[in-house]
Amino acid sequence: MARNKEAVVLLLDVGPAMHNLLPDVEKLCSMLVQKKLIYNKSDEVGVVLFGTEDTENELMKEVGGYEHIVVLRNIKVVDGDIIESLQKLPRGTVFGDFLDAIVVGMDMLIKKYGPTNKGKQRLCLITNAQYPIKEPYEGTKEDQIDTISAEMKGHRMKLDCIIVRGKTTGVTNQRIIDENDLLLDRFSKKTLAKVVHVESPTSLLGALRTRNISPVTVFRGDLELSPLMKIKVWVYKKTSEEKFPTLKKYSDKAPPTDKFATHELKVDFEYKSLENPNKVVPPEQRIKGYRYGPQVVPISSAEWEAVKFKPEKSVKLLGFTNASNIMRHYYMKDVHVFIPEPGNSKAILAVSAMVRAMKEMNKVAILRCVWRNGQGSVVIGVLTPNVSSLDNIPDSFYFNVLPFAEDVREFQFPSFHNFPPSWRPNERQQEAADNLVRMLDLAPSSKEEALPPEFTPNPVLERFYQFLELKSKQPDANVPPLDGPLKRITELDPEILSQNKSVIADFCKQFELKENPKKKKSSRPLWREKPSASNEGEVVEADVSDIHSAKNSSTTKVEKNGDSTTVRDFVTMLVKNSPAMEVEKIGNSTPVQDFETMIARRDSSEWVNKAIRDMKNLIWDLLENSYQGDTYDKAMECLVALRRGCVLEQEPKEFNQFMHYLYKKCKKTDLISFWELVIFKHITLISKKEAIDSDVDDDEAEAFLVKSEADN
Amino acid sequence: MDLDPEELFRDDEDDLDNDLYQEREFTKEFVVYLVDASPKMFCPSGKSENEKNETLFHVAVSSILQSLKTQIINRSSDEVAICFFNTREKRNMQNLNGVFVFMVPEREYLDRPTARLIKDFSHFEETFLNEIGSQYGIISGSRENSLYNALWVAQALLRKGSSKNVDKRMLLFTNEDDPFGSIKGTAKADMMRTTLQRAKDARDLGISIELLPLSRTDEEFNISLFYADLIGLEGEDISQFISLAGEKLEDMTTQLRKRMFRKRKVRRITFSIANGLSIELNTYALLRPTLPGAITWLDSVTNLPLKSERSFICADTGALVQEPAKYFHPYKSENILLSMDELSEIKRVSTGHLRLLGFKPLSCLKDYHNLRPSTFVYPSDEEIVGSTCIFIALHTSMLRLRRFAVAFYVASAHPQLVALIAQEEITCSNGQVEPPGMHMIYLPYSDDIRHAEEVHMDVDATTPRATDDQIKMAVALLKRVDLKDFSVCQFANPGLQRHYAILQALALGEDEMPETKDETVPDEEGMSRPAIVNALEEFKVSVYGENHDQEEAETGKSLPTEASKKRKAITETAIQESSRYNWDDLADNGKLKDLTVVELKYYLAAQNLPVTGKKEVLISRILTHMGK
Repeated sequence: MARNKEAVVLLLDVGPAMHNLLPDVEKLCSMLVQKKLIYNKSDEVGVVLFGTEDTENELMKEVGGYEHIVVLRNIKVVDGDIIESLQKLPRGTVFGDFLDAIVVGMDMLIKKYGPTNKGKQRLCLITNAQYPIKEPYEGTKEDQIDTISAEMKGHRMKLDCIIVRGKTTGVTNQRIIDENDLLLDRFSKKTLAKVVHVESPTSLLGALRTRNISPVTVFRGDLELSPLMKIKVWVYKKTSEEKFPTLKKYSDKAPPTDKFATHELKVDFEYKSLENPNKVVPPEQRIKGYRYGPQVVPISSAEWEAVKFKPEKSVKLLGFTNASNIMRHYYMKDVHVFIPEPGNSKAILAVSAMVRAMKEMNKVAILRCVWRNGQGSVVIGVLTPNVSSLDNIPDSFYFNVLPFAEDVREFQFPSFHNFPPSWRPNERQQEAADNLVRMLDLAPSSKEEALPPEFTPNPVLERFYQFLELKSKQPDANVPPLDGPLKRITELDPEILSQNKSVIADFCKQFELKENPKKKKSSRPLWREKPSASNEGEVVEADVSDIHSAKNSSTTKVEKNGDSTTVRDFVTMLVKNSPAMEVEKIGNSTPVQDFETMIARRDSSEWVNKAIRDMKNLIWDLLENSYQGDTYDKAMECLVALRRGCVLEQEPKEFNQFMHYLYKKCKKTDLISFWELVIFKHITLISKKEAIDSDVDDDEAEAFLVKSEADN
Repeated sequence: MDLDPEELFRDDEDDLDNDLYQEREFTKEFVVYLVDASPKMFCPSGKSENEKNETLFHVAVSSILQSLKTQIINRSSDEVAICFFNTREKRNMQNLNGVFVFMVPEREYLDRPTARLIKDFSHFEETFLNEIGSQYGIISGSRENSLYNALWVAQALLRKGSSKNVDKRMLLFTNEDDPFGSIKGTAKADMMRTTLQRAKDARDLGISIELLPLSRTDEEFNISLFYADLIGLEGEDISQFISLAGEKLEDMTTQLRKRMFRKRKVRRITFSIANGLSIELNTYALLRPTLPGAITWLDSVTNLPLKSERSFICADTGALVQEPAKYFHPYKSENILLSMDELSEIKRVSTGHLRLLGFKPLSCLKDYHNLRPSTFVYPSDEEIVGSTCIFIALHTSMLRLRRFAVAFYVASAHPQLVALIAQEEITCSNGQVEPPGMHMIYLPYSDDIRHAEEVHMDVDATTPRATDDQIKMAVALLKRVDLKDFSVCQFANPGLQRHYAILQALALGEDEMPETKDETVPDEEGMSRPAIVNALEEFKVSVYGENHDQEEAETGKSLPTEASKKRKAITETAIQESSRYNWDDLADNGKLKDLTVVELKYYLAAQNLPVTGKKEVLISRILTHMGK
């Protein structure tokens, strides 16, 4: 017998009041079996139905009674058949007796295993417990439960009760419901039993742990408050994400006749040196390199082992602090639970005292943890109290990992009250929002909390396993759509929606959304939903073609920067994105850059001439169109660039002629102020020294400016 | 297997099928730090006597050093140049006066940060005044304009790499709010105009200029004198500009740290509220664990990086295969084939990005409802005008009613339920501590939650609970050991610090391994203060009883655990059984193989050897042990 093999007997109420829930019960139970087929193939499952028309069980034959209970399947190793039968449960006709069903299930387990397999047997009851159980022949119902509990405890059987009471069908009797609840709760006091109540089909699907993972401690040892005072604790994971299963890669290479083919694709990594791509470097010749900036530092494992950070295994208290000091969003990872060492009453007391003191004072503890020896890092985290609600479970702590200084990016965001009034809600709008937040209530006091994480199944995994089962029967099946209860997880509940029509309508009316007119659209159609689902009209559909055309043609002529900051960001992005292309024209926005790029073009000698010509025209245009000197700076820069370019390309005459021309034009008009700038900037003619072709020497070049200054 | 360092502060979600939604982000950043080195920056700052004689120049330089260290770890593909202006000496490509670009060997002016850069830069300040010197670059009568020159040099440095995915920035550190104050008349107007034009051109080229004004409380940095125009602030933006004036120098350093990094959004998402009403949000990763960088495999002979090649091999035939087109999962003793399309269809459980499901009181969010670091969301009106307004309204209502929103987050590889918690803005003297917005917390599903505390459920006895008196003692202890100024993330990660200190030392070829400080060890000294020891003792006595240590010592000896008892029993029988065989004889005659595994294990157990493995392994282990 496999060590972790578990035996489960499902006790399913199929009475008339359960009929509307049975489809979900079928799903839940087949999911349980499916996961066992994948992860715990040797587990065994039996199925008992109660509330049936017929009666078919051994106890009835042996001692009589136990009517309307059918053993659908004896305890057997899981297989595909059981899923089939679980997927079409018969609808019963009578109101069943859940206690009888428990006895039948227990009897099956005892007969099958006797004294063996202790602690690995489980009874799983799903009922609405709305109808009274039979009066016992002797003693009270309570006595009966105590007897059964004692028997179960003797065999270390576990009992999971899921009580489903949604929108109840038929007349319900509150007195009976209360009595049944009391009876079932009695189990949890007397034996290893857990009772959960669920209301919605969604919660029902999440009510049963479908995969059995035996918990493993992360740490066992001392929680050191100080070297003086230590508490023995065990640390387990409290949450751990159940991952999407890793699929194997399929290969169709094996011949169809090969019955033992694995059809697997193996991934193989080979390391090759860069200079000789044909040479494979064997593993022993490889060494690990760690990046440090552009450098890669080679270190062998042994070397690394010798120098690396090696903290000692320990869990130590740093101190306590106010709970409000640790904000919820700083929790970094999945959660651990610290429980006092089982059976150690001193530890249980010490933890209990601390938990209750922390709760009372609203404090939390900060710990430094090294779970294992040889772990290369420490963990800083926060311990929060968990006062146990059950008498037979000790108090415990939850532990969440906190970030280190390196893990935080302290970005600054504008305050909301700095926004212009139009961005802030007015009183009427605020009221509408208040109503929405109040009315779209998932945890109303009258009902169970909707979508509690404890009872919410993972829709993706549910769907995956359903699809797997479907495909095993119809290989060409399509992925089925999400069914009702799972849709409640991904979309607003239509019921809440219809109950709050007016609130939502008011909210939508109060706020107006529109497409940003100033914005030239982003580079991607953000608002477009995935093509497969256009069932909801999204607000804006961005027009992308605009931007693409704008981008392509904007190489040299992004005419004008926008007025607002947001637009500017966008334009700068555009500008930044463009100049990689060839420049064929000197534009107005980045003339110097365009000029330099163009003059550097070597695909034709014409470009230099064109660049100089264009630049001259541009400078003149700038000056002609200037208003109170507003373009002078730009013109000046162009002039400087032109001069630099002419020196570089050895075209001094072009520049010197232009200077003369400029001077002539300037001195007659009010552009003379520009010429003053030229003098101030000391922009001289290009001399022989700078370009051999020049016909002016240094002194002449200088003199030109001085003369022009004197002229004025 | 090279990991993009960029990924570190992204959401750790593999967004294969969501790539389409990812906004194009700059993958690299080029930064030029422009530091004013005028004599004014060197005025000893000590306004109050207990402050050290640190200069503003020092604040700027040490902030830059700090950010270089962070950068080399997190974003080492970014390039950086450090440039001082108002210097006596000059060094720059344009040979302009008053501008000095810091340089180290084997590195260009603007280049990726190297170990050498960090090392040299950390000693740079000591020699700065002697070797480079500080002097005012803008004085009346001269036509020099050092600020203009600095902008020019920086712009020229940033000309490199015109590719589309580089984000270029200048960060300007100065305490002079009126750089042309010393000049009068047309010369001043002219110099201002040219400088502003220079800056504007740089901005037009897509280079953003950011100002980090340094100043004291007594001398407010007046941004509207000159710099508002230089960095292109208009209207309301000026009033929003956060002045860096701080009470203390430390405050200023913290503020600089906060502003050194460009805010990066992870992605833009839509938040569907109801009836087709959707608003626009940006998500930011403010918290992500920083891990030691990825490993690159090297050839140990040449120390050159190796190229890894992946190939798919059919396990049945050994044939080389192209990328797998299909995947399979064994189920009910057959293989169920699934195509990539089917797999992504399975994961596509809903449409859109983020869908509101409703609201719950904050008390519904338990401490164990957590799986991954949270993501920050902040509204944006960039595409949908009115988003911010709705967001603020909901934010206010959620804070007021003490509720959080439950939503379904689709835009990731793991569609998940999330809690959106409204966070009020918190500010203190050194700026924003918590930005206003909402934090998205990833909630577990039922199968992700384990119930370990129920495993050891004791049916018979009700578990002991602390008495009021014991709780009182614990309360007293709590009050004593109080970390008053504890702030989340005040500690540097000692493992990571050590990792990079070693790398830096090795990269520079230093022999001695650096010492790093572990800030996370408990304050032993504080813990041994008499008041605390007293409180601890009292608590201990109240929960453990008077003679705990003694009892513990005794139980430690006399009461071995069940497992160790069992082990002991096994060894004892083994010794007993083992003595019945003549092992030497059996071994010499090759008769060991005739014994059963159980018999062989007697010997092994008696000799305290491992008893695992197949029969042959056991035999060879026995022989080795006997020395045969």
